[in-house]
Amino acid sequence: MATAELAVVRTPAEEAIVERYPAFRARQQHWGGAAVERLREQGFAALKTRGLPNRRVEEWKYTDLKALMPQLAERFDGFSQGLVERAAALRPHLAVGDATRILFVNGCSAATLREQGFVYGSVAHGDDPRPQTAAVISRERDYADNAAVALNSAFMDDWVFLRIPAGTKPDKPLHLEFREIGDKPFATYPRVLIVVEDGASATVIETHDGSDGVAYQTNSLIEFEIGNGARVEHVAMNAAGDKALALSTVAARLGRDARFATLTVTVGAAVSRQQLFLAFQGEGSEAQVRGATMLRDKQHCDSTLVINHAAPHCLSRETFKTVLDDEARGVFQGKIIVAPGAQKTDGKMAAHTLLLSDAAEANAKPELEIFADDVVCGHGATAGALDDNLKFYLMARGIPEKDAEALLIESFVAEGVDSVEDETLREALMDVARGWLKARE
Amino acid sequence: MPLLEIKNLQASVEEREILKGLDLVVNKGEVHAIMGPNGSGKSTLAHVLSGKPDYEVTGGEVLLEGEDILELDPAERAAKGIFLAFQYPMEIPGVATMTFLRTALNSQRKIRGEPELSTPEFMRRVRDAAQKLNIDQDMLKRPVNVGFSGGEKKRNEILQMALLEPKLAVLDETDSGLDIDALKVVADGVNRLRSPERAMIVITHYQRLLNHIVPDVVHVLSKGRIVRTGGKELALELEAKGYADYQEEAA
Ligand SMILES: Nc1ncnc2c1ncn2[C@@H]1O[C@H](COP(=O)(O)OP(=O)(O)O)[C@@H](O)[C@H]1O
Ligand SMILES: [Mg+2]
Repeated sequence: MATAELAVVRTPAEEAIVERYPAFRARQQHWGGAAVERLREQGFAALKTRGLPNRRVEEWKYTDLKALMPQLAERFDGFSQGLVERAAALRPHLAVGDATRILFVNGCSAATLREQGFVYGSVAHGDDPRPQTAAVISRERDYADNAAVALNSAFMDDWVFLRIPAGTKPDKPLHLEFREIGDKPFATYPRVLIVVEDGASATVIETHDGSDGVAYQTNSLIEFEIGNGARVEHVAMNAAGDKALALSTVAARLGRDARFATLTVTVGAAVSRQQLFLAFQGEGSEAQVRGATMLRDKQHCDSTLVINHAAPHCLSRETFKTVLDDEARGVFQGKIIVAPGAQKTDGKMAAHTLLLSDAAEANAKPELEIFADDVVCGHGATAGALDDNLKFYLMARGIPEKDAEALLIESFVAEGVDSVEDETLREALMDVARGWLKARE
Repeated sequence: MPLLEIKNLQASVEEREILKGLDLVVNKGEVHAIMGPNGSGKSTLAHVLSGKPDYEVTGGEVLLEGEDILELDPAERAAKGIFLAFQYPMEIPGVATMTFLRTALNSQRKIRGEPELSTPEFMRRVRDAAQKLNIDQDMLKRPVNVGFSGGEKKRNEILQMALLEPKLAVLDETDSGLDIDALKVVADGVNRLRSPERAMIVITHYQRLLNHIVPDVVHVLSKGRIVRTGGKELALELEAKGYADYQEEAA
């Protein structure tokens, strides 16, 4: 073991992880207790033994984290009232309407809110989670060793929890608003746990905005524990700063007869890796997983999904739409796992990419791992340029070339966004898409 | 001055010459029928007039009211008043028919320097035109042509023509795939748009449509050239004899 480690040549980022961790852990020991301590240690151990994944690690084949994150930025440490004001003044990409807002400035929740309809707390502040929440904190996570998750676990300095009590529905959507502000590189590791109890329902909007021109690193983890008969609609907006490295993970565990709809719209960051770990734990549940990604210049976005049908009679639909201009790169990796005994599983996955430039690159790797015999599962992936015949049809009606292209691109993206139930939110998301199109000279 | 004047037009697709010196003069108020065997170049002519990029014009001239339009892109030609009713209308998933119609109309108006139509005025025009063509409002909310029957697609083409009020409408086999009732609806729609200010080129393989849209002039296109021109009785003659003569003649 010791010799194997000696043989490893660490990158400066890996070196920094190993060097900074002990002091950080010592400073954070006052909160969270044994459960948090264990997660932290587990995360650190995974990073220490394996380092950051390079492209030879199958899961990270198209997003070589070791190469893309050569340095580990210092975690942000300079909170002030001025910073919070600066963050609050930032104009967000997505115009979220009336919502209960939890603002995270550089990874830390800026205020402790107690709003009607749900229970909010901070593990670090010693707020007392109910037994169910505590149980979720300490449960095993099969994604715990994933590099992004491990990094978040090792370096988290708070853990916000939210609980929607059984059978209730908050009046307003919950808006987790992440804003990263700074002038020189920094790192943030926000972490949120959302327990939606049996029969409860909630809309959760997650937005990421940040300073342009700063190579900040953000690594968020949001976990949903969705009870029996509970419903969650989750909409995430990645509008991170143009030099940012944005790692984000959503994990969702669904009980019986639950519904989970998640959509991620991406226009921001230099490099994004967006992961979803979804597990069906009870029968009769359904998940709609969607993505709409629009990239230009040398932006890189990797959407990686692991959909684990661990229980029978569940349905999942994964639909990802990606638009790539210039030299952008879009990656889709989707894996549907059907556990032994998960009969009557219905899973369909599709990834479609529109290439607006010859230099853009799309990589798609859909996979099925099926261990049950009575299932319906399938996947498809396409990548292609705009249809010239459609473009001609529009132009023949008097629509100028650029407008015709914009209309076709917009409609392509809209198919990913159409599922959002709230019309105002749907339009706000399309406004982001239209804004992206406008910036296409 | 003629509305449309085509002189010695030559055009190729994928390096293959399809139109081989075509001449045609169409005046305002006239309806011309172009008939001819499959593969004779009828759709090619329609596409070349609209400016489809895969068709390369290798010689000749196309003048609209005396102005050469060959350098204009399809949108500019549309704004000048050229309309093509497609033989195979395209399905555009994700674009509502209503959005498409409004974008088209306002784009043309903008190119011509006219103000946008107000929403109520636009809605009124669409409703009127749709009603006359038996197109229900539900269809207008659906994505353009997606899931439309053959007849619905063709009626949708005529709806667009009615809204866009072109100077020159080119109808490419608008009758194909229509049963007799649908054909009548479409023909009535076309006839309503006949006017002294507007000309039409009706491309068809069969004489049937010309019972309903009675042409002033009938041309026979064969192997990329107009080989015969006559009155409406020429269509009847073609119906009786078929195209065998023309296929041979041009071979
Ligand atoms: N886009 C195209 N690509 C290749 N060949 C074409 C294309 N369009 C037309 N052609 C060829 O040009 C010839 C004339 O076709 P077309 O104009 O469609 O005839 P028509 O409409 O009279 O039946 C045919 O041989 C056809 O195969
Ligand atoms: Mg044809």
